[in-house]
Amino acid sequence: MSIVTTERLALLAEQITAKAGGAVTGSTIAFGELNIEARADQIVPLLTLLKDDADFQFQQLIELCGVDYPERPLRFDVVYLLLSLTKNLRLRVKVQTDEDTAVPSVTGVYPNADWCERETFDMYGVFFSGHPDLRRILTDYGFHGHPLRKDFPMTGYVEVRYDDSLKRVVYEPVKITEYRAFDFLSPWEGAQYALPGDEKAKV
Amino acid sequence: MADDMTPLPTVASAEADVALVTETKVRKFNINFGPQHPAAHGVLRLVLELDGEVVERVDPHIGLLHRGTEKLIEARTYLQNTPYFDRLDYVAPMNQEHAFVLAIEKMLGLAVPKRAQLIRVLFSEIGRILSHLLNVTTQAMDVGALTPPLWGFEQREKLMVFYERACGARLHANYFRPGGVHQDLPEALIADIDAWCVAFPNYMRDMDDLITGNRIFKQRNVDVGVVTRQEALDWGFSGVMVRGSGIAWDLRRNQPYECYDELEFDIPLGKNGDCYDRYLCRMEEMRQSVRIMRQCCAKLADTPGPVMTEDYKVVPPRRADMKRSMEALIHHFKLYTEGFHVPAGEVYACVEAPKGEFGVFLVADGSNKPYRCKIRAPGFHHLQSMDWMNRGHMLADVSAILGSLDIVFGEVDR
Repeated sequence: MSIVTTERLALLAEQITAKAGGAVTGSTIAFGELNIEARADQIVPLLTLLKDDADFQFQQLIELCGVDYPERPLRFDVVYLLLSLTKNLRLRVKVQTDEDTAVPSVTGVYPNADWCERETFDMYGVFFSGHPDLRRILTDYGFHGHPLRKDFPMTGYVEVRYDDSLKRVVYEPVKITEYRAFDFLSPWEGAQYALPGDEKAKV
Repeated sequence: MADDMTPLPTVASAEADVALVTETKVRKFNINFGPQHPAAHGVLRLVLELDGEVVERVDPHIGLLHRGTEKLIEARTYLQNTPYFDRLDYVAPMNQEHAFVLAIEKMLGLAVPKRAQLIRVLFSEIGRILSHLLNVTTQAMDVGALTPPLWGFEQREKLMVFYERACGARLHANYFRPGGVHQDLPEALIADIDAWCVAFPNYMRDMDDLITGNRIFKQRNVDVGVVTRQEALDWGFSGVMVRGSGIAWDLRRNQPYECYDELEFDIPLGKNGDCYDRYLCRMEEMRQSVRIMRQCCAKLADTPGPVMTEDYKVVPPRRADMKRSMEALIHHFKLYTEGFHVPAGEVYACVEAPKGEFGVFLVADGSNKPYRCKIRAPGFHHLQSMDWMNRGHMLADVSAILGSLDIVFGEVDR
């Protein structure tokens, strides 16, 4: 299935790092895919280079999305998935940011970043500076919070129903007392918490 | 296009003279298109700014079918998550599952047996025909024809029976599993699919006679919603939306997965990038899909063997084994409670879904659940170009353009 060799990707990573002039902070190759880590404030020149340079030609922004790592000081990754149709290559560029620092919008480079950035803002609360119209996109009108953050509860905070006596739709706090999240992780491998009786093991 | 349009003064000014009202040249208003509109293909709300009947701006409001799939996926094991992918683009369910299982297989390094690959390709192509049949016929309905959807849905019904005979469900299949497909196909089903493939070109000829040369259909689609090659690239288009504009790009050919590189098929390209070319591409793709399906049926006949890998740390053991083997029973219990663990890392896997490049960006943290699963829906990127594609077109063209974008809200809203 892999059509691109690791050597070609390593060469590409070297070329990008050399031409980007300090915008790239690192690169990894895993599962036959190239990851580039970049500085958030340099993302627009970097993507412009990747799109326009004859050596790279990444014509399309396939997807732009966020990933949340709450334990990190810069908790969000913003991931740009690029595709070059002429070179038949894919590339992933990642930058890091937090709740307050805006990432420069890349709508000027790839116009379809518009809705992707709106979605990332909606889901994670990542701000994009210079975006033409940074509104919520997928959630309800008047929604609060950013649902894909790891600290946002699975059930949400508000539920909605049609009230027959009021003859309108009403919003109420959720009534589900407990979300049934079963823990099936094996206590012998993987689980990172103390089981009842573990304290006796050290006595 | 809007600039060279002149207002129609004859009737309006005559009436204005009678009523002694000062004539206003600009008559702009906003209308809501949807969310409950048959041509909105689901729950799309378009806020249209019109100058007379000419569209000046389109603001699509989406998210009315948002179910939080990506959030839900983070709380379930990998095996529990495949059914969510059926519910994204629900007119071609197995194509979505395909991207997800490819992502998992890439991370686990699983090899899929030949027979399973053929079955996957066979059902991916059935999905493609399902989706294109729905799109082509409802697009004809959007511009005024009633017979095509009635004829097309008869064929879709037959295909959904094949789905049902393979996995027990007409729509939400949950048939593709990491490591293969859930169950082998019976001989009779393969024979029936092959027989259907022989009969289907007749139906395509009927559809051609009905729509392709139809004067009204051409009036409503030719030169409407033109996408240039550069625009198709800039706006992240994929699938028929780039091929309609003449870009030879098909993931089945350019980045082959499964056994597509061993199969013979042609990739139709459009010339003008308008709605009509995209319609023609879809029609030809259906014929090519039938060609692929026939090859799969022939190959399946002389490719016996398992349809799942034998790695029982990932795939469940056969039920007969569980009755006799303690180890098989333990494997089964562990897989359906804890599930399998996927090594930490990130992958992106994509397939050529009927609507374009459907991809899954999977971040795993080494546990039994995905840490993050971003679903790349082609319709999301196509829909956001409604704004510039519609500018300067007439109000009636909105539904024709929307129809040719091939939008299904299950995947756009996720």
